[in-house]
Amino acid sequence: MTIKINGKDVTLEKEVTVKELLEVQKVEMAEYVTVQINDEILDRKDFETLTVKEGDVVEFLYYMGGGAI
Amino acid sequence: MNFTNEQMERYSRHIILKDVGVKGQKKLLESKVLIVGTGGLGAPAAMFLAAAGVGTIGLVDFDAVELSNLQRQIIHLTKDVGKPKVISGKETINEMNPDVDVVTYKEWVSSANIKDIIRDRDYDFIIDGTDNFPAKFLINDACVLMEKPFSHAGIIRFQGQTMTYVPGEGPCYRCIFENPPPPDKVPTCKQAGVLGVMGGIIGTVQATEAIKYILGIGELLTGYLLTYDALAMEFRKIKLPKNKRCQVCGENPTIKELIDYEQAVCDLKS
Repeated sequence: MTIKINGKDVTLEKEVTVKELLEVQKVEMAEYVTVQINDEILDRKDFETLTVKEGDVVEFLYYMGGGAI
Repeated sequence: MNFTNEQMERYSRHIILKDVGVKGQKKLLESKVLIVGTGGLGAPAAMFLAAAGVGTIGLVDFDAVELSNLQRQIIHLTKDVGKPKVISGKETINEMNPDVDVVTYKEWVSSANIKDIIRDRDYDFIIDGTDNFPAKFLINDACVLMEKPFSHAGIIRFQGQTMTYVPGEGPCYRCIFENPPPPDKVPTCKQAGVLGVMGGIIGTVQATEAIKYILGIGELLTGYLLTYDALAMEFRKIKLPKNKRCQVCGENPTIKELIDYEQAVCDLKS
């Protein structure tokens, strides 16, 4: 199945949970990444149960500090 | 307010714009923008807002200029090393545009002072140009609680992001990022590095948002996160929903007072 992650098409062999998706995609510091699917920000506690479906539009949103120092 | 001949000439490229005109330029001269952090993001933001004729610019920063700042913080010059950043920033702005009244706050922002700083001149718009998460969440919460619009931004390595909060119109920073990451878990520019131009791109977007807000023109980055990847040379505008679970602007907000979060140890000055 194909989904979109941060604007790019990604093909997955099977349906996975959000937690598994973060692992498969090798997202660094996944515990600090906000996940949005189809314009909805997920509750972290749903990562283990919620599965990603064909055609889902997924955004990984990262903390970004920086600016002054 | 009547424009002098010099002002008519100085702002002529604005005045000729249908969406700005004499009326818009007057709005800019009467507007007040607070810039928290006079560094990578705040420096270019402050310079473009000053050049644009924003009449009152508040600069907040406790730091002094260091040589390693000059690779990106273009408001400070080599001769300014050692000088408080707010003073160096004020001097550069005064030389660039004498129309601008620069108000300096040589302080770190905290729950104890941020509301007073925002109230000091009743700023119309706030720019977050800070380098750390405790300050970013503090600015967000203060702006939500005080119903002030602000621009969030962050830069690191070759990446940048920015979003604009307008009270009642879209998500706040905390809608997207619920709490600051634990100290030392997410790298800072000091630890990870940053390409000098990143602040120029993103800080200038912040200045653009402030100007558009003041003029009441165009579409703001309200409800969007703009991300910039300099290596791929790719901008993305990600639509962001409001988060009903948001602790400060959601349906049942639990944050009613400002919070001082712990700063990463490696960022603290010894």
